[in-house]
Order: sequence, then structure tokens, then C-alpha cells
Amino acid sequence: MMKKIESSLTNMVLVLTAVAVIMGAILALVNHATSAPIAQQKEKELNDGIKAVMVCDDIVVAKKDTVRQNDDKGKELTFVIYQTTDKNGQDLGAAVESTTLGFGGNLKVLVGFDAEGTILGYTLLEHAETPGLGAKADKWFQKGQKGDIIGKSPQETLTVSKDGGQVDAITASTITSRAFLLAVNNAYKAYMAVPFTDAETGATSQY
Amino acid sequence: MSYFNIIRNGIINENPTFVLMLGMCPTLATTTSAMNGMSMGLATMAVLICTNFVISCLKTITPDKVRIPVFIVVIAAFVTILQMVIKAFLPDVDKALGLFIPLIVVNCVILGRAEAFAAKNSPVAALFDGIGIGLGFTLGLTLLGICREVLGSGAIFGFTLLPETYNILLFVLPPGAFITLGFLIAIVNKLKA
Repeated sequence: MMKKIESSLTNMVLVLTAVAVIMGAILALVNHATSAPIAQQKEKELNDGIKAVMVCDDIVVAKKDTVRQNDDKGKELTFVIYQTTDKNGQDLGAAVESTTLGFGGNLKVLVGFDAEGTILGYTLLEHAETPGLGAKADKWFQKGQKGDIIGKSPQETLTVSKDGGQVDAITASTITSRAFLLAVNNAYKAYMAVPFTDAETGATSQY
Repeated sequence: MSYFNIIRNGIINENPTFVLMLGMCPTLATTTSAMNGMSMGLATMAVLICTNFVISCLKTITPDKVRIPVFIVVIAAFVTILQMVIKAFLPDVDKALGLFIPLIVVNCVILGRAEAFAAKNSPVAALFDGIGIGLGFTLGLTLLGICREVLGSGAIFGFTLLPETYNILLFVLPPGAFITLGFLIAIVNKLKA
């Protein structure tokens, strides 16, 4: 075996710098190669999500709004509203991205509303809920499931039956269920707060 | 030691989960389901194989006093590469493990093997050690994941076995990880004795 080189200051500085530079170069290369697929992946996920929650395949995102609202406790919430139309420019409603604090971390939900504010569908964009429990939220509130919220309108705030509401909470996951419904309710409020405008007036938000 | 023995050693005699007890943080945190455990094991194995090989190649030109920083730079680079590749091509894995992938950098299995094996053996032997220990880690995590998923949510790799009423919530939560791991280690020791 070759003898190890000595731990002199020059050697240490040289080797560590060289290793760092080479690894940095490799990282830059990989980053360059993967940044396009990553961006594509994100966009695809979002587009698929919007199509899924609007229950419609031929859909055009006409306008993207970012709305900031304060909740009851004064915490700022950010919503992203994707106004959608069909190919002829007919208003189909909007998909709203809404984030609340779930059981294990941020719970980011994309909810589809028709023009009147009735829920068309939803999907979980990001969550850290317990697998087997809170993580069931991705199916639990869908059409035909126990906690079905499709077709309801959060005009009357949606709450779990434990809190006197009309939605069945996920078994043993009341916190996740509450967080989820809060996200949906908030999304509705944000959606209703945005004035219906044509894209050209440019009124992005009244806040 | 033949290459076959190195692999066998990693899976059985020096299994990182059941014998060396290294990398307990990802072991306990990501094994809520069999699939998550297996993905984490495979991700760690990929990093381990690359780092073991590169560190072994660098061993003669690495001065002893800066060997740990050099190892960490190499490990961090490979973990970041893995994270970018997973984000780009395996979005589902990224969703399940996103947070834990960067934490592979501080996984003791990786640094432990770099120090204990790769820095003393030839690159090819180090490569096989990476495969062996990686497989051992994957096996441990998958086994733990299977036990916790079956007991906790009545499913295995996502396929439901038991109706919801028979689920034991505890096993999905952190305490269940400790309990299951303890029993598995006891069983493994019994079998080896």
C-alpha cells in the first residue's frame, strides 16, 4: 500500500480544497442536468392537481393570483388562486392552494371550486401526517367516502361532527381533519374575497 | 476476506440495524411503512456504495488530520446528488422521504463505514462493503417497516390485510418504533445464539 501523505498544513489545505472544488463541480453539473426535470415535475404535478380538483381535462389556467389574508389570530396566510376557464373562455371556477398546520407539519391542500363556490374536488399537495391515520385525508374526504365534502359549499363553515359540524372526521385523526377543513374553509374565503375580474384589469388582489 | 464474505458480513455479522446499531435516527423515523423503510434503505445504500468507493480511492492522498472533513464533503456531495436525482425522477419517493434524504449526510452508518472500512481497504473491497452494509440496512429497515405497518395500519406495502378495527395505533407512532426494534433485535440475537 502507498504511504499516506503527511499532515502538513500545505497538504491539508491543498487536499481539502481540491476535494471541495471537485465535489462542487460535480454538484454543479448534476444540478444543471436535473433542474429542468425538477421544474417540469413540479409543473406537471400542479397541472395534474388542477385538472383533478376541477374534475375537467380541458382546462386553461386563465390567471394566477396570490392572496394574503390574516386569520383570526393575526397570522398571515398565503393562498394561490388559479382561475380556470374552458377553451372558449367560459369561467369554470378556480383551484385554490391553501396551507394550514396539520398534525405533523404543514398541510397544503389544493381545492377546486366552481364559480358559485361549491367544492368540485381536492388533493393534498404536501403533508406530513401520520401514515395510516392522518395521511388517509387524501381519500377520506373524496366523493363517496365517509367524510365526503364534494358538492358541499363552505359558505356555511365546514366542521367535523365532533365540533357540531356535518363532516365525519378521520378515525383517530381529528386534528388532521380539523386542519384539513380549516384549509378548505380558508381557501373558500380567499376565493370569495378575490373580485371576479377579467385578466386585463389586472386586479390581482384587494389586500 | 473474499468479496462474498464482505457482503455476508454486512448483512449478517455486522448488520448495521441489528448488530452495529448505527443510523438509528432514520431507522426509527422513516419506518412507518414497509415502502418508506425500503426506500430509505435503498437511498442510503446508493450513497454508501459511492462514498465508500470514492473515500477508499482518496485514502492515500488524504492527510490524517483532515480525513473527517474530507469524508463529510464527499458524503454531503453524494447525498445532494441523490436528492436532486430523486426530486427529478422519483417524485413519489421524494414526497415520502423528502425531509430525511438530506439527513443521510449525518447517518452514522455512512461515516462509520468510511472510517472503519473504506479508509483501510482497497476501493473494490470498499465497494462490496457498501453493497453488503447497504443491503443489511435496507433489510433491517424493511423488516421494521413491515412489522410496524402490519401492526399499526393492518397493511403491507400498501395492501390492506386487516380491517381498520384491528389496527394498533401505537406502532405507527414513535414509541412503536422503539418497541418493534427492541423485539426484532431480541429475535435476531436469539436466532444467532
